[in-house]
Amino acid sequence: MLNLTAYHFSLNSDCTIFPLGDSSATLDLGNIVNEGLNQKVIEIKNWLQKNSFEGLKDIIIAYSSVSIVYDPFLIKERYQLPASAFEFVIDKLLEAFESATREYKPDEDIITIPVCYDEMFGNDLKFIAAQKNIPVEKVIELHHSKTYRLYMIGFLPGFSYMAEVDEQIAIPRKQKPVPVIAGSVGIAGSQTGIYPLNCPGGWQIVGRTPIKLFEPFADSPVKLKSGNLIKFYPITKEEFENNY
Amino acid sequence: MSISVIKPGLLDTIQDLGRYGYSHWGINAGGVMDRFAASVANMLVGNCVDEPVLEVHFPGPQILFEQNALIAITGADFSASLNEELLPLWKPVVVRKNTVLHFPKLNFGARCYISVHGGPCIDKWLGSYSTNLKAAAGGKDGRPLRKGDEIHFKENSIYFAGLLHDDANFRALPWKADNNKIYHHPHEISVIPGKEWEELDASSQDNFLDNNFMIHPSSDRMGYQLKGTPLNLKKPFELISSGVNFGTIQLLPDGQLIILMADHQTTGGYPRIAHVISSHLPKLAQLRPSDCVKFKVTSIRAAEDLLIARQKELQVLHRACTDHLNALVC
Repeated sequence: MLNLTAYHFSLNSDCTIFPLGDSSATLDLGNIVNEGLNQKVIEIKNWLQKNSFEGLKDIIIAYSSVSIVYDPFLIKERYQLPASAFEFVIDKLLEAFESATREYKPDEDIITIPVCYDEMFGNDLKFIAAQKNIPVEKVIELHHSKTYRLYMIGFLPGFSYMAEVDEQIAIPRKQKPVPVIAGSVGIAGSQTGIYPLNCPGGWQIVGRTPIKLFEPFADSPVKLKSGNLIKFYPITKEEFENNY
Repeated sequence: MSISVIKPGLLDTIQDLGRYGYSHWGINAGGVMDRFAASVANMLVGNCVDEPVLEVHFPGPQILFEQNALIAITGADFSASLNEELLPLWKPVVVRKNTVLHFPKLNFGARCYISVHGGPCIDKWLGSYSTNLKAAAGGKDGRPLRKGDEIHFKENSIYFAGLLHDDANFRALPWKADNNKIYHHPHEISVIPGKEWEELDASSQDNFLDNNFMIHPSSDRMGYQLKGTPLNLKKPFELISSGVNFGTIQLLPDGQLIILMADHQTTGGYPRIAHVISSHLPKLAQLRPSDCVKFKVTSIRAAEDLLIARQKELQVLHRACTDHLNALVC
């Protein structure tokens, strides 16, 4: 009934560009969580920032996709286009895809983040332990023994999506969101993340960090970024309180 | 020039056209829900279109003008009144000091915009004046207006005061912005198909286009929850999070739809069934809980052409407003 494919542009089987409305478009490298693809996404974003164009308003980076928000009117006016602004944007995204460096240079420094896994903060530790049939201590140990990659920041200001947690503690999110305190560290599927603000959330909470992930009036309100390597380390309740 | 809040409304915030460029920090654009109404409100008083305006909902606030001012009220019709007199909408109006603006009755729409000549003296946060309630930043201290709040304005509208007749509380200037095209057929919303449109089963695609969907009372500036025949995917699948936009229509796990509005989060992981075209976001922004929408598919090319035509009309309107105002004060 609808010819949807007319709107889509495939570079190859793994890269598609599609509209996200009439003022936004997405370049998608595949529906998977993969370090290489995420690195490519970051490189595409960097290239677009360096080679910005009139009418480019925002760049959203996710696990394996880059979306841009643009002003079709400004683009048409500035570049005197016979074609649509969407076609112009497709070309820009393709250029970014092809020009962004293919070198894979992951971050080497590991950022460490303290987490207090006390049951007072880790509301769902017992639930995870029971579901996974392992002791609470093992859940905690598995969570902080791995180095994670920060894939994307989204959902809320400063909310970092990191992956992948050990399969033994991977657990689906809650059916219904519950109130969550800022600094709470949670698990959803194979992802782990930190809530930067008090808000309703569905991730299974294992602990809390005293570190502020989002400070609206700091020079840089969000200090972490996509591509960072993150490792958690356990602290006691006393250390947590002294850190606050 | 300043105004003070005698009584706050349901949700009164300072907004501009949005905070772009910070999505990589998870900070959304936000901004006004109805960009047309807000832009026109600014044009009518001789401001730039991206000057911050006051966005109010019903029940609206009571606001005292502490000095004479040139204002415009656009968007929803809440029977805007100055003291006991009805104010005309979509027109520049000179108001006398010590009068009170209030909104006694809901006639049409969901969001009303108030612009004041000169624009408010507030600080930008990350390049925008928009209030981000989650981040508690931007606008007036990152929060809705409260009783007793005072907002100062950059320019004095004193030279407009001469236009006031002796005992009148206000004087409406004799031109008006035409908004008929924008809010025409308020329930017909055009969309372009989203990435996962083809993942809907055939009867769900038909249902999406043939049926009405009701805007649920829990809808807000973040999103409109819709209630209608549940839609189904051909087969279930998991999506990883990726970028979403103002107007993106997502399919929730229970088969219901949500339209992301101005305060939407930057990324989402639900199937993107369709996207509301930009030119229809203003009328969508003026729909209220219990109103229905009916979707119609259009092409991205047609959507873009309409957006550009509307933008050109706005430019013409802006020039006309500026010329009219200049002719008055020169």
